[in-house]
Amino acid sequence: MTEVAPQERDELKFKDSQVRESGSPPHGRGPARGEPGPGAPIHSGITAERPEGWNRPALIQPSGDGELLEVAMGPHHPSTHGVFRMDVALDGERVIRLRPVFGYLHRNHEKIAEGVSYLASMPYTDRLDYICPMTNNWAYALAVEKLTGQEVPERAEYLRVILGELTRFQNHASSIGFLIQEMGASGTPLMYAFREREKILDLFESLTGARMMVNYMRFGGCRVDASPAWLDETRKVVAGLPEFVDEFDRLLSSNEILMARTQGVGVLKADLAVNAGVTGPMLRASGVNYDIRKVDGYGIYNRINFRVPLGDHGDVYDRFMIRLLEMRESITILTQALKDIPAGPVMDPKAKLRGFRPKPGEAYGRIEAPKGELGFYLISDGGPNPYRYRIRPPSLINLTVLEDMCLGHDVADVVLIFGSVDIVLGEVDR
Amino acid sequence: MLGEGILKGMAETAKNFVGSFFSAQRLTTVQYPEQRIAAYEAARVFPFLVYDTENRDGGWPEWEAGLRCVACQICEKECPPKCIFIEKSKDKKLDANGKAQFYPARFDIDISVCMSCQICVEVCPFEAIKMDTQFELSTEDRFGGLLLDCKQLAKPNEYYHQIHPSDAAEVDGRLAEGRAKADAKVTAGALAAAQKKAAEPPTGAGN
Repeated sequence: MTEVAPQERDELKFKDSQVRESGSPPHGRGPARGEPGPGAPIHSGITAERPEGWNRPALIQPSGDGELLEVAMGPHHPSTHGVFRMDVALDGERVIRLRPVFGYLHRNHEKIAEGVSYLASMPYTDRLDYICPMTNNWAYALAVEKLTGQEVPERAEYLRVILGELTRFQNHASSIGFLIQEMGASGTPLMYAFREREKILDLFESLTGARMMVNYMRFGGCRVDASPAWLDETRKVVAGLPEFVDEFDRLLSSNEILMARTQGVGVLKADLAVNAGVTGPMLRASGVNYDIRKVDGYGIYNRINFRVPLGDHGDVYDRFMIRLLEMRESITILTQALKDIPAGPVMDPKAKLRGFRPKPGEAYGRIEAPKGELGFYLISDGGPNPYRYRIRPPSLINLTVLEDMCLGHDVADVVLIFGSVDIVLGEVDR
Repeated sequence: MLGEGILKGMAETAKNFVGSFFSAQRLTTVQYPEQRIAAYEAARVFPFLVYDTENRDGGWPEWEAGLRCVACQICEKECPPKCIFIEKSKDKKLDANGKAQFYPARFDIDISVCMSCQICVEVCPFEAIKMDTQFELSTEDRFGGLLLDCKQLAKPNEYYHQIHPSDAAEVDGRLAEGRAKADAKVTAGALAAAQKKAAEPPTGAGN
């Protein structure tokens, strides 16, 4: 510790107070949008003002009779999908303010990745969004391939698409299952989804050796080749998927309770969604046609015929419906990819597993993960490990509009709206 | 008719109830400790060290003599959670190709830290470390019991063949190729030396 002379200390204090008096807080980032700072009760600074141009819903004024109630939902709340806290200010049952609090599952992934080789971060990416490890692997492999300029063989690209779409299918199935569970139908719909997910996880296990922590993709290809028996088994599973989606559709989409609970609830306007950087099914449910599979055409997606379902209202029901329709599109992608998959190597013969040093530079690899745009931003300084390793997690950024969707709704709807965002805390907190 | 719907519903329930005892598709429960599902060939849990039973350098116990590991410490360096600890030996022992190599004086894996990522297996140039499928590893001692040393990790090549047959066959083929190459080099070297010797005028009485 360095000692500071008394007069210098006074000077520091003076500078600090000057900054504060001039209006901007010392860190350059104050409590955003007139929100109270950490520790302050969140209903103390409620005003009816909101910044212009964002189309954020207006704040709701408390009705005036009775006191506001501040409830901490979470971090151990069954609806929070992990350890996540929502500090909610309630006027009766109505939500007046909502503040998301995260960081309970922070694992220092980005900093760890800067200290280990490029390869050693691959198994850690499995643990980001642990529901869909394959797409995490893919995004990271894509970023490193961009950085080093590696090519991926044809067969590996097909395998990546097959595995990515299987992942999307099981993610959407289980996220719908969780959504219905949060509506109060505990168990059954989720177990229907998990029955299908189990088949897909079995495929992953027989190919990669692990159900969830697959660690499958490598820079310049995939780790092991899929045997013809595995491909046959996959074709068999994929042939059974439409039946499952039909069943889900028949049981849920026109269900009266589901419609009553979800239609018109948690509306997210298209311009707010775009401004907030929301991506994935949530953005498309608001009616914005933006799918990175179409925009970037990474991998072999520009060779495959599929449609991008779009919503109209941006409410919870639309988000549910988009996931259901995307499951159907995933099946058409899977059938095409499984039909066309060529023979050949799955690994670039020039690719090195370890001990490679990319040239100084930067790369951003992004894919359309089941939850939205998943990007890895890497800066290399020519060393064996990245100089900077940054993840753009879709879950975290989709979560930022939670308050805007929840204002004015009941507490029970907050749980539902939160479920419709479809997050995994492993990815939010990293 | 009054109650027709209920009867229909109950008929469906009864069908499902009976079906849950007889339909093979729905009898999915496995009574675990008694019944087991066979592991997939690709299954991986924690790493183990492979040793060759036919390779015997005199004076060593069987598992230590045949150990393929040469303590190059690549896996230690590449392991993401850094759960491997290797200490290189001072002296050398003969490996399967008859070449003097270092061996691990200590090789510890802390399986409470290991995350089963298989990177040690991929980076090993000597096919010395492979993934085991043994998952029932509970122990009373959560520190010492989960820190496996060289002897606990060493398993024969036959065991590897048993759990990953096609991988093991491939590895054996690759190793045999390497051995044949090494042998060819040795014999070529011996031949060249013999020719050189033959070309020189004999000096000793023994020639």
